Parts: sequence; C-alpha cells; structure tokens
Amino acid sequence: MAAPVIVVREVVNRFGAQVVHDGVSFEARSGEIFGIVGGSGSGKSVLLKTLLGLRRPDAGTVELEGRDITAMDDRELRGIKRRYGVTFQHGALFTSLTVAENVTLPVTEAMDLDERSLERLVELRLRMVGLPLEAAAKYPAQLSGGMVKRAALARALALDPAILFLDEPTAGLDPIAATAFDELVLYLRDTLRLTIVMVTHDLDTLMRTCDRVAVLVDGKVIVDTLEGIVANDHPWIRHYFHGARARSMAAGREDSGGA
Amino acid sequence: MQFTAQYDRVAGRLELSGEARMEDAPAMARVLGELRGSPPAELQIDLARVELRDIGPAWLLYDAIADLRAAGVRVGLDGAVPEHFAYFDALRAREAGSWARAAAPSVMERLAEFGRSLEERGRSWYEALVYGGRLIASASIAWHSVKRLRLPSVVRHMHETGVQAIPIVAVIALLISVISAYIGAQQLRPFGAEIFTVDLVAIGVLRELGVLLTAIMVAGRTGSAYAAELGVMKLNDEVDALESMGMDPYEVLVLPRVVALVLVLPLLTVVADAMGLAGGALLTSYLLDLPWSQFVMRLDAAIAPTTFWAGLVKAPVFGLLIALTGTLRGLQVRESSRELGRLTTVAVVQSIFLVIFADALFAIFFLEIDF
Repeated sequence: MAAPVIVVREVVNRFGAQVVHDGVSFEARSGEIFGIVGGSGSGKSVLLKTLLGLRRPDAGTVELEGRDITAMDDRELRGIKRRYGVTFQHGALFTSLTVAENVTLPVTEAMDLDERSLERLVELRLRMVGLPLEAAAKYPAQLSGGMVKRAALARALALDPAILFLDEPTAGLDPIAATAFDELVLYLRDTLRLTIVMVTHDLDTLMRTCDRVAVLVDGKVIVDTLEGIVANDHPWIRHYFHGARARSMAAGREDSGGA
Repeated sequence: MQFTAQYDRVAGRLELSGEARMEDAPAMARVLGELRGSPPAELQIDLARVELRDIGPAWLLYDAIADLRAAGVRVGLDGAVPEHFAYFDALRAREAGSWARAAAPSVMERLAEFGRSLEERGRSWYEALVYGGRLIASASIAWHSVKRLRLPSVVRHMHETGVQAIPIVAVIALLISVISAYIGAQQLRPFGAEIFTVDLVAIGVLRELGVLLTAIMVAGRTGSAYAAELGVMKLNDEVDALESMGMDPYEVLVLPRVVALVLVLPLLTVVADAMGLAGGALLTSYLLDLPWSQFVMRLDAAIAPTTFWAGLVKAPVFGLLIALTGTLRGLQVRESSRELGRLTTVAVVQSIFLVIFADALFAIFFLEIDF
C-alpha cells in the first residue's frame, strides 16, 4: 500500500455553536484520486480550506507529506503551500492578467527565471492541460467555462505540485467537457503520479476518477473505496448513490453495456 | 541531493547531477542559456547521475535539446532517456495551435487603433444619450404610478447617500468656512474692512462653497458607490436576472438612485450652509470680537433674499449629474473586475468634472439674469 500523503486526525471545526466537523479523520495515499462528497452545508469547503491551511481547525491535526500544518506559523505555512496546487470552483483566475501571466505568476513569485524559459513553461502547462497556445494571450473573460477550468489547472500545476486540490472541477461544464476534464485528471495522475484530492458533486466524475471516497455526514466522515461506499447503508449515502439521478445513470450504463 | 549543472564548451559535455526539482529551474535555465549562447558542434549530455523529478526543469532541457537538434547540433545522451521525455513527445505530437506572438503594430494598425478609440468615444456618448432617454421613459411611467417609483428603495438610498453623509458634509462645510473667514479677516484688516468678512463668508458659502463642496463629497462617496454596486450586479448577471423576470432595470435600479440623490443633495446643501454660517460666526466672534447678535445683523445686511436660493437651486442639478454618471458607468461594466475598478474611477472623475462645469455655467447664467 502506498504511503499516506495527507493524514487528517480528529479535526473539529466549529462556527459558534454550530459544529461542522466533529472529529474527522482520514488518510489520502500517494498517487490516488481521493474524492470528498457531502450534502450542501456538510462542510466540504471548510474541510478543503482546512487541508489547504487557509483555516486552522479548532482541534485536531492535518499532516501533509509528514508535516503538521496546523502547528506551523504563517511564514512556514506560506513556504509549504508552494508544494500544493489548487483550483477553485469558479477558476479564480486573476481577471486583470492574461492566461500566460496567470500561469507564470506563481513561478515568478518563487524564482528568478528568464523570459524565454518562462514562455516555454507556459507552453508546457498549456499543453499539459490541453489548452490551445492561442489562449496564452487571452484574458479570462474571453475564455469559455471549460477553458477557464483548464487554465486554472494550468496555474495550479505551475510549480509541479506534489498534491493537487480540485474544488468542484467539473461543475458547470457540459458532459463532453466534463468527461474530457476527468480524463485529463486521470492522465496527469498516471503520468505525473500526483496525489489528487477533489471535492465534487458530479456522480459521473466520482465514478470515473476516484479511487477512494470520503463522505461527510453528520459532522463525521466515512471513507471507503467507491464500491464500499455504494454498498454502505447509511441513509444519506443510500440516497446519494441510489437516488433518482444515480439510478438513471446506472440504467444508462446497463443500456450501453447491453447494446 | 542538490542539483548541479555544468557545461564544458571545449569538451562539448553537459554534466547534470542530483535531483532536479522545480526550484532548480533557474539553475537549469542558466546552463541551457550558456549552451544556446555558444553551441558546440557535438554535444554529449550526461544524464546518468541526475534524477529529473519535476517536469518543469525536465521540459526546459527537452526543449533545449529539440532546439539544438533543429539547429544541426548532434546531441547524444549518456544514461537512460528520462521517463518524462516520452510524455513530452506525446505532448508535442498533439496539435496545440500556434504561439501567438505580439508583433509591433504597423502604421495602419495604429491608425485603425486610433479610429477604434474614436468610435469607442462616440459610442460612449451615444450610450449616454440612449441611457438618458430610457431613464426619462421609466420616469414618465413612474410619474403615473407611485408604486412603480419604488418608494422603499428611494428611502433606503436617501438614507445611505443622505443621512449617513451628514457628519462628513457638516465637518467639511465648517472647516471650509473657517478657512475662508480666517483668510478674509486677515486680508481685509489692513483696509479696516474686517466687518466684510461676514459678507465674504456668507455669500461664499451660500452661493458657491456649500453646494459645490457637498456635491464633490457626494460625487466621491455616492457616485463611486452607485457605479460599484451596479457594476457588481452586472458582473453577477443580476441585471439580466431582473430583466428576465420582466422588470425594467432602469426602473428598479437606476430611477430610485437618481430620485434619491436629486432629493438628498439639496437637503445636504442646507446642512452645509448652516454649518458654514455657524463656522463663520464662530471664527468672526473669535477673530474680530464680533458678538453673535452683531454677526446676525451684518449677515442680514450682507445677503439678498436670493443668495440662499442661488446656491440651493443648483443642488438638484448636481445630484442628477452625479447619479446619472454613477449609474451609467456602473451599467457599462462588462466582463472583468478590472473594468469595474476603471469605470468606478471614471464615474467619480466625470461626475466631479460635470459638477464643476455645470457650476461655471450657472455662474455665467446667474450673472446674465442678475440673480
């Protein structure tokens, strides 16, 4: 079994009297795609923020690559954040910068590189995420939704991160673009052996890409392989994976399998 | 192990060792720069002791090798071909279009650019005209039905732009009248005409300073707020949402703001006038030893019945100009947050300009009709 890259132990997050996470523990292993699902308000985003070090949990520890980020001071944390790539739900590209400038920003912040090398690195990242090179000179407002997600991924990959966090990577994409994005994520994992943590609502994406899934319910987390989760008899999980949407998807699968 | 790179031009060897991570990209770029600067006829790259871990520096090396080979240099690799290179071959094989490079614009292009900017200017004026027209149409509908004027909204904007602005407007008016009274008293004293300081402050504040400074304050405070509020709503598609629900954004968003500011600016001007006169009285009593009762008598003699109104009638016009500019610029926001910042600035600058310009026209007009 691969070594754990992310170790979360007994994390508690509270907002006033409302307890969002009441002792959440799980591990994500090197080279796996780890899905996080949960209903609205179950604390997916808060959990992601905790993993990213943007929010300190009220109790518990988060270890990334063996280092406890909850015990670090801000300066140390900023240094370590370079090792992780993040994409946000709406891309969060800087609208006043071109795609190329967005992609080079983390690089120029971290190191001193000549123009030519920077340009070559932009080409690399764009090719990696399957964006046409013409997109480099464009501003985010000139891109389609799918291209924004790819550009955000290109920026997240700019420093060759060891761990990639994706927040709703396929939300708002049409099925074709979403499928292409899933394949891209799988391809990057297979070629670069990245550890990928994704928060997603998209059952298709979940089924196609994730090795293991963490389900946030009642402030706790249930972690299992996809098959294990689907077989779980917690009412919310049953509802999620055996609801109308899931059933129609499964039916579609069987139809195409039989044809 | 630390990444090191050594290029020996004479031997035609590039020695790489250690573990190449993304942090080592500058070291890699430096040695590749040397290599490109003085390429050998034949190059041997020693890869046996290096681990190209991250793909950034590996890509730079791969790219340089491809360039050198294209330039006719024979490149040999010692040791196993790095595993990333197969991935790069696959990437390069994929069609990715061409790299768009910005060429220096030709004379024709500059000319076209100039033409475009003129057209843009023209369209901006045209938009302002259309805007005014649509607003008048909405206003005429609201004229017939009070419900469509959206009183709660008007009251809310009056509170935000008027009531909440009272402290700052009052303080500014007080300070300005103190400044003008001080300078007036100092300049008039050699002529023994200190008493006319009262005239100076009273006429200055009532006719010009009170309303003008209030308008400028409000332009900075409310003009920017209007532009930013509507701009963010535009970016969030909220304006389209309103329209899709069959509501007229001019009626719902613009008209209440305009009506509120047209009503509020005269009221703020009255506050500024009162505070200005109070400041004048305070300073004359202190500088000239003039009792308050004397001040009031002198004030009565100094100002004509029209002095106060000459200042006040300008206020609704200034309010209209500020509100129109702010809302128009807000609704012109498209696409990006940078646009939002730019148009908010434009709204403030233009509304202040328009206010001062209108004030100049008023001054000439009042002089001509002897108001």
